[in-house]
Amino acid sequence: MVDGTPHAYWVILATFLVAFVLALLPLPQWLLWARPEWVALTLVYWVIALPHRVGIMTALLLGVTLDILEGATLGQNALSLLVLAVLSLTLYQRLRVFSVLQQAGVVFVLVGINQLVCQWVQNLGGAGASSLMFLLPALSSALVWPVVMHTLRECRRHYRVS
Amino acid sequence: MRVLLAVLLVGGLIIADLRLNRLESTRSLLDTAATPIHWMASLPSRLGEWGETNMHSRAHLLEENERLRRENLVLQGRSQQMSSLQADNTRLRALLNSTALLRDDVLVAELIGISPDPVRHQLVLNKGEQDGVFVGQPLIDADGLMGQVVEVSSGYSRALLITDATHSLPVQVNRNGVRAIAEGTGSLGTLEIRHVSATTDIREGDLLVTSGLGGRFPVGYPVAEVSLVERDPGQAFARVIARPSAALDRSRHVLLVFTSAPGQED
Repeated sequence: MVDGTPHAYWVILATFLVAFVLALLPLPQWLLWARPEWVALTLVYWVIALPHRVGIMTALLLGVTLDILEGATLGQNALSLLVLAVLSLTLYQRLRVFSVLQQAGVVFVLVGINQLVCQWVQNLGGAGASSLMFLLPALSSALVWPVVMHTLRECRRHYRVS
Repeated sequence: MRVLLAVLLVGGLIIADLRLNRLESTRSLLDTAATPIHWMASLPSRLGEWGETNMHSRAHLLEENERLRRENLVLQGRSQQMSSLQADNTRLRALLNSTALLRDDVLVAELIGISPDPVRHQLVLNKGEQDGVFVGQPLIDADGLMGQVVEVSSGYSRALLITDATHSLPVQVNRNGVRAIAEGTGSLGTLEIRHVSATTDIREGDLLVTSGLGGRFPVGYPVAEVSLVERDPGQAFARVIARPSAALDRSRHVLLVFTSAPGQED
């Protein structure tokens, strides 16, 4: 695995870049509410796969970047991704032995919490959502989780990220 | 321990951004660093647009050219009168001892991103500090006022739409000059006119234009059309809803307006 190590950071960074682009991609109005939380999903995967590499500090950096990109209150996504990372770090041993469907269930709850925290900070700034539609990404994220999981696992195995 | 540290750090960030407004310059710097990602995210839609403009049949192009020529002729015909009307207006204003209206210069900008969060009504534009864009600059499209610039980095800027829940602007009814405040509601199709007393002369179908009172937007740009007036005797104020004139979710090209310094942009 010695020659795999230099690859590690490169591949992780690339997957997060793709997640950022997906998170910003313009969508039609009716799909906007249901956009899966790509960055959160990618973060959850890497925390489960490599908890010694990807953790709290990564979540913090990703969150601040996402805030900048989205034009959100600085710290909004940082806080929500931080909560997500902490929860995933405590759960990763269980999540690894779960089936994909069980994992999707956990992802549903995790992304839901992520959305609640986001909404909480947004309300501090006076721009909260007026309906419960902001929880829709939890469902869509759970639905795309199997795809994300398999794609990222293939990536990890192919480039031998460790 | 690390978690505690991280939480404190994030809490500090949120407070600094929301309550102290200390992070403006850091933010625009980071925004500049993040531009490649914006650029990549806008690639698919730009490719689509490229295909749309480059893969037309010759007949289609000829037809479109013909149509545009006709449209141009009509517009030119209309603008002939414009210059004499403007001269008239200036003369009359001079008679009334009021200041002359400056003609506004505009800069065409292209939309390269919209806020991924449906609650935030923000646009990312492909013009920035290099092009003279400044914070607070009004943004219009062909039909009316869209919003204002809130963040500028070197090659990009971010604009807040008038329908964002945190945005409000001074307007007046075009018919009789009644002043009011139009607030965004967070939904793209509605503005709410707040604190209109029940006896105010405002009707459905009235055009609301910018009043220029806030000192931020120039006078006379159409903002919205009143779509609903509800006068409930039990309430102190009438409930007035208006529909924005600008195509907030459809415009791909927008105009940035330079008002205060006409010589600035040429």
